[in-house]
Amino acid sequence: MWDWNYTLSFIPELLGALKITISATFVGFFLACLLGLPLTMARRSRCKPLSLVTAGIIEFIRSTPLLAQVYFIFYVFPNYGLSLSPFAAGVIALGIHYATYLSEVYRGGIEAIPKGQWEAARALNFSKSRTWIKIILPQAIPPILPVMGNYLIGMFKETPLLSAITLVEILQVAKITGAQSFRYLEPITIVGILFLVLSYISSIGVQRLETKLNRR
Amino acid sequence: MKLNITKPIIKYRNISKSFGSLRVLNDLSLDIAPNEKVALIGPSGSGKTTLGRLLMTLERPDAGTIEVDGEMLWHKEVNDQLMAADEKHLHRIRSKIGMIFQQFNLFPHMNVLRNVTEAPIHVLGLSKEEAKEHAVAMLKKVGLGERMEHYPSQLSGGQQQRVAIARALVMKPKVMVFDEVTSALDPELVGEVLAVIKEIASEGEMTMLLVTHEMDFAREVADRILFMDGGAILEQGPPEQIFGNSQNPRTRDF
Repeated sequence: MWDWNYTLSFIPELLGALKITISATFVGFFLACLLGLPLTMARRSRCKPLSLVTAGIIEFIRSTPLLAQVYFIFYVFPNYGLSLSPFAAGVIALGIHYATYLSEVYRGGIEAIPKGQWEAARALNFSKSRTWIKIILPQAIPPILPVMGNYLIGMFKETPLLSAITLVEILQVAKITGAQSFRYLEPITIVGILFLVLSYISSIGVQRLETKLNRR
Repeated sequence: MKLNITKPIIKYRNISKSFGSLRVLNDLSLDIAPNEKVALIGPSGSGKTTLGRLLMTLERPDAGTIEVDGEMLWHKEVNDQLMAADEKHLHRIRSKIGMIFQQFNLFPHMNVLRNVTEAPIHVLGLSKEEAKEHAVAMLKKVGLGERMEHYPSQLSGGQQQRVAIARALVMKPKVMVFDEVTSALDPELVGEVLAVIKEIASEGEMTMLLVTHEMDFAREVADRILFMDGGAILEQGPPEQIFGNSQNPRTRDF
């Protein structure tokens, strides 16, 4: 049966690991947001070879398992002189993987901007970079924020994958705790509840954002 | 007003342009004098909008050259040879040209004032205060001094188009292309926009290329009317001639 004393005993450690989980999520997502943009640009490039190669890379990353990518970065890169900590390898893998999804989201947002906006920017003699920064992105990003938020939540739920490369995130701590006492019920259940609560709160945030944006 | 046609500000030479298999401009040549107001009329698909878009560098000609104020627009002369112009060159020449669009194309995420100050600040390098001063004066001129904090979606089509005119005017172009600027407007809003354009035209200090379906307006504002069809200029002359006793049966029909 459920043992509250036992539960209380491992909660502090679990909450400590939750910090790792959350920072891996945010750092990974930040990387994904950043890397997604050049992927979008390359994919939309008028230079056909560049666009095709990028499309190929995006397809490749999306169609191979995230876990395989995590292993590759953590276990294969050191052979070529690049040894990364579990955290670094994990967030890079998450960042690259999700960048391919975000790049498609960006692309949708950008392509929804009417041609007239580009033409007006050109007629006013805005440079390429100003056109992007002042005219296109401020219009393209708000409508895609809810979708991005959902990817953030999705990524959060995938972070336990990083336990496979020895990152001591929340599920890993639960597993270790369980192994020490042969009681898995409480730690794994609490991990599930923590994920549920945080995802639920975040998804309410995303919904709010969505209604706010739709009202504009 | 006297027009100096011997020193044109715009020279189209043997311009051809196709979209796919559709040839919209066919070996067209045209000179426009400084400060001249030229109205382009003709059936849709006659190439008149394309003529303006080529000048604004929104389309690239397939053949021929365009000169603006003594310089090639789409080309650079290197050792007597014409080379395709780079973005830097286009940027420099483009600063002499402005354009008003059929669909206004205001920036929906900026209020009216920012729509008008953004390019002066970031393209001309004016200070915020200076840009605002010019923008306020220009918005008052087009009758929108009271709407500066509004967003485009809160304005009528006629008001939006007047903002677009102010936005283009603060860039002080020598040549302005008006591309069917009243076609997207409800009939009752056409008048306010045409009145603003007439006022600018009467000041004289700007070359205007007006692509329009408003015949009365063209007659009133233009120094010269060009009737285009099938990618060529079929007839041209002062308004009295074109509207009074056209030589060309196609023009008369139109």
